[in-house]
Amino acid sequence: MRVNRVDHSPPSDPRRLLSDHLRHDLGLTGTHVGCEHGVCGCCTVLLDGAPVRSCLMLAVQAEGHDVTTIEGLAEDGAPLHPVQQAFHECHGLQCGFCTPGFVMSVVGLLAQHPNPTAQEVDEGISGNLCRCTGYASIRRAVVRAAELSSPSPRRGEGQGEGGPKK
Amino acid sequence: MPRRRNSRRVKPPPFEYHAPVTVDEACALLASLEDAKVLAGGQSLVPLLNFRLARPAHLIDINRIGGLDRVYERDGGVAIQALTRQSAVEDSDLVGRVCPLLGAAVRLVAHRVIRNRGTVCGSLAHADPASELPAVLLALGGHVVVRSTRGDRVIEAGALFHGVMETALAQDELLIEAWFPASAAPFAIVEESRRHGDFALAGVVRAADRLALFGVAPTPVLADPRDPANGLRPSGDLEATPEFRLHLVRVLTEKAFAA
Repeated sequence: MRVNRVDHSPPSDPRRLLSDHLRHDLGLTGTHVGCEHGVCGCCTVLLDGAPVRSCLMLAVQAEGHDVTTIEGLAEDGAPLHPVQQAFHECHGLQCGFCTPGFVMSVVGLLAQHPNPTAQEVDEGISGNLCRCTGYASIRRAVVRAAELSSPSPRRGEGQGEGGPKK
Repeated sequence: MPRRRNSRRVKPPPFEYHAPVTVDEACALLASLEDAKVLAGGQSLVPLLNFRLARPAHLIDINRIGGLDRVYERDGGVAIQALTRQSAVEDSDLVGRVCPLLGAAVRLVAHRVIRNRGTVCGSLAHADPASELPAVLLALGGHVVVRSTRGDRVIEAGALFHGVMETALAQDELLIEAWFPASAAPFAIVEESRRHGDFALAGVVRAADRLALFGVAPTPVLADPRDPANGLRPSGDLEATPEFRLHLVRVLTEKAFAA
């Protein structure tokens, strides 16, 4: 299996969940584990580009597939991924526990709907639970992420351009 | 030594893992193994394993079988194979054209991230009484095709669901395809749930003059649109009393037939 563009061998124990494999075998602790039954969305990662719950997959099932975790969105020191940048600008996080899951879900949402309607935004983040920031700033972050991701002249304006605060 | 403890950290109970690459191989395993469970999308089974509510001796993961994820037209309806993800059905132009009721129903199943893994055939084989897709199959009068080393057979929707998470599938049979007839207008699926994407407290599916209910009996049931709650004895729980579920059935039916 490839994780963040690096080949790894899957775990020997088929009972190991993908979420636990990422965290405990590969040290990729950015993937958070909340409810472990698919409700909270914290453990969301990309499997061949589409967001999935890593707690609802056995790690052996990822063999032959591409997994992207939050660590794989931007290299250390490189500019943040547009979705990360948007969450940063719009204060789309407070304690940050749910954030990696939200970010990965939003990456999937924007791949499906590059310019999502308000309803598509709500639908897209409805499978992730946040218990402190509240969803208003997260919604704004999704809209901002769509702006940052669109191939328009506005791309790369970066922080401080006032995008989120309308 | 947290490192060593973590290295053994597993949630599911012990099982032997099998990953066949052909349907024949999967059927041979099902025929030869005692207490085996098929793993498709895993969005219902893996939570049950994580809670250790399900403890199968063998897990047969069919995800490595190639060519089992098609959506195609046949016999005036649409066939969905065992590994077709719910999100693929949601995005399918063919489903939207031939069976838009199925397209509408699949959007009510959990959330998109769940539907990226979950399968239509898995929902039917799992047969949760509050699940949308079994009721859609029943309302439309569709069927499933199951295979074993003994051969193929077709199970009509009306004969498929036996009880809470119980179906007519034998222990050695694999559900390889579901067939949904074209949904003629007017159709509707309406449900009420406490949280977005959660299981419905009650729901109704209308396919022309036929009405199927879900979440109000051990299986999806057909009902008379003029008196949909007749004979129903839904259970009560923390989220809804039996009386409230009966009320929902009447109101939702009214909504479905007002369209």
